[in-house]
Amino acid sequence: MNESPYALSHLDALESEAVHIFREVAGEFERPVILFSGGKDSIVMLHLAMKAFAPAPVPFGLLHVDTGHNFPEVLDHRDRVVATHGLTLHVASVQDYIDRGVLRERPDGTRNPLQTVPLTQAIQDQRFDAVFGGGRRDEEKARAKERVFSLRDEFSQWDPRRQRPELWQLYNGRHAPGEHVRVFPLSNWTELDVWQYIARERIELPSIYFAHRREVFSRNGMWLTAGEWGGPKDGEIPEKRQVRYRTVGDMSCTGAVDSDAQTLEQVIAEIAASRLTERGATRADDKLSEAAMEDRKREGYF
Amino acid sequence: MISTTQHPAATTLLRFATAGSVDDGKSTLVGRLLHDSKSVLADQLQALEHASRSRGQDTPDLALLTDGLRAEREQGITIDVAYRYFATARRRFILADTPGHVQYTRNMVTGASTAELTVILVDARNGVVEQTRRHAAIAALLRVPLVVLAVNKMDLVGYREETFAAIADELTAYATQLGVPEVTAIPISALKGDNVVEPSPHMDWYGGPTVLEHLESVPVGNAPAQSPARFPVQYVIRPQSPEHPDHRGYAGQIAAGSFRVGQEVTVLPSGRTTTITGIDLLGESVDAAWTPQSVSLRLADQLDVSRGDLIAPSAAAPSVTQDIEATVCHVADRPLTPGARVLIKHATRTVKALVKDIPSRLGLDDLSPHPAPGSLAANDIGQVVIRTAEALPIDCYADSRCTGSFLLIDPADGTTLTAGMAGHAFAEQATEAPAEDDEGWDF
Repeated sequence: MNESPYALSHLDALESEAVHIFREVAGEFERPVILFSGGKDSIVMLHLAMKAFAPAPVPFGLLHVDTGHNFPEVLDHRDRVVATHGLTLHVASVQDYIDRGVLRERPDGTRNPLQTVPLTQAIQDQRFDAVFGGGRRDEEKARAKERVFSLRDEFSQWDPRRQRPELWQLYNGRHAPGEHVRVFPLSNWTELDVWQYIARERIELPSIYFAHRREVFSRNGMWLTAGEWGGPKDGEIPEKRQVRYRTVGDMSCTGAVDSDAQTLEQVIAEIAASRLTERGATRADDKLSEAAMEDRKREGYF
Repeated sequence: MISTTQHPAATTLLRFATAGSVDDGKSTLVGRLLHDSKSVLADQLQALEHASRSRGQDTPDLALLTDGLRAEREQGITIDVAYRYFATARRRFILADTPGHVQYTRNMVTGASTAELTVILVDARNGVVEQTRRHAAIAALLRVPLVVLAVNKMDLVGYREETFAAIADELTAYATQLGVPEVTAIPISALKGDNVVEPSPHMDWYGGPTVLEHLESVPVGNAPAQSPARFPVQYVIRPQSPEHPDHRGYAGQIAAGSFRVGQEVTVLPSGRTTTITGIDLLGESVDAAWTPQSVSLRLADQLDVSRGDLIAPSAAAPSVTQDIEATVCHVADRPLTPGARVLIKHATRTVKALVKDIPSRLGLDDLSPHPAPGSLAANDIGQVVIRTAEALPIDCYADSRCTGSFLLIDPADGTTLTAGMAGHAFAEQATEAPAEDDEGWDF
């Protein structure tokens, strides 16, 4: 194939698009913030933001919604990144809301759906007007219809029928006071793009993305980590297995996959050969119903 | 939502669009492209089979893969633009999959706005119909550089070459007349798999590529020399740190053409000239950069340059104007009327504007002009005349899709009203003398 010498590689094209999105937000909004979980997508977002504004620092802070059931390796990584780059980190704590009686623990112990209230409250309290999320359209079918700039009302709700058509590279970020815009710079990336970019840019990740021995037990066909959050229960038998995580979320609903992939190259090879999507393999919360994600997004979820 | 590109070695990226309805076999074609390139994964197929069964269907309905919204699944239609992602060993693809009926013209326009290629589907039994002509017109209007005509259901016309050739000739003539530079016609059967991914054993008379082979090999990334360079300034990078006390980088994505160090450039709208002293390509200092790279430029002189300005080569700078004549697609549910006070968003600048006139609405099926329509409703294509509060360095859309396009926005609630393309709708009309306008009509 004779490619034009001016054709960008797919990673360069996706990087350029994401950088453009970060700079649009910096140019048009007063108080943007990056949702930062310490997961690979948010780490890639931060990396892109740093490249977009170098040699100046990133002109916005980070917001982490801490479920209280996070993997300790991921929190360590988060704190190290914040310290290394001198960033501002806001934390919205689900545990806080439970302790104050505002939120109640669900019978199944899953805290993912509980993140919506602390997230929207933090956005209101801090008056964030643009909130970067690492969501990708390839992850889930409700996300496939998401805009790059996605308007949320004062209750952070998403109305798929009120979405603004998005043409060319013209992103419309107009919003009323109290409303905000969720911005998804990785909209057009796939899981494999993210991993290839991590490898190319030599981006450091939390250790749990690579194969390691861990005590896990089986629930709903997924390997969950044993821990204080509420597992294993009766009849669930913990065992040591060689696993890694494809996604990083709340420990109560993020499953590990059996894996021997210890390097980035091995991870990329494993994903390329996988016959399951990353959410299908690792997220219990998306198995709730056909429209689980759409319903959570309407209420203000990431 | 189709996930997980399967081929780490993929190099370039092709953004393409499809328009069509279930009747044309569009879902079958897209489903086959995804399925045969192994982009539909096991858990998605399983979910699909489950959802299809619960609707009483025997075979998996591939449309359910992307009809992601509850309303779409309930109504069994695609309302929105669905973006799908897949890859082969040679290329990564972003497919904007849009519904084909006239009430979804705005979705087709949206999908085509970022596409480098569009696939138009025709049912071989019916030939070129109204909808085919509309799809070709939208591709021409949006200046999608490459058009593929997939003549589908060849199995139902006995794989006859004459049937294919007649349809290909008719649509190619029509599209060429509208200014489409290149039409590639391919005879296929999406259902049987002929010429979609694998060459057909039934059409020896056809020696061209399959649809996927064509998508994989068609050249992308136009030579930037073809169009004058344009750089809308997004943001000014000023670290003001001890290491970089005087650094001033003008950040943006090159909208057209290429820039090089040492080049004399003009900053618009001020009209001041200076020289590029450095180009930073995301951490790497380079001598030249081209569209669509995101870079930051350093300039020789301390000029007042800020977001909303446009940097262009002094030898080929656009003129600025407050009067814009454009072809638009109205995308909002509330109509657009003359006298409307709006915001115009052009490149990185948003200014106030007035809709002075709507001289005509265009019937896309036969390209018939309807003079003085009074207003434009959702999905209407029409001509508008706009007066802006400040002069804009706007190009003719035919010359630059990025700096020739704009949005009209409702200042009250921020609704995106209208998508605009400066200049005349189609190439054949663009050769006519532009309308005289004493107030600075520039095209």
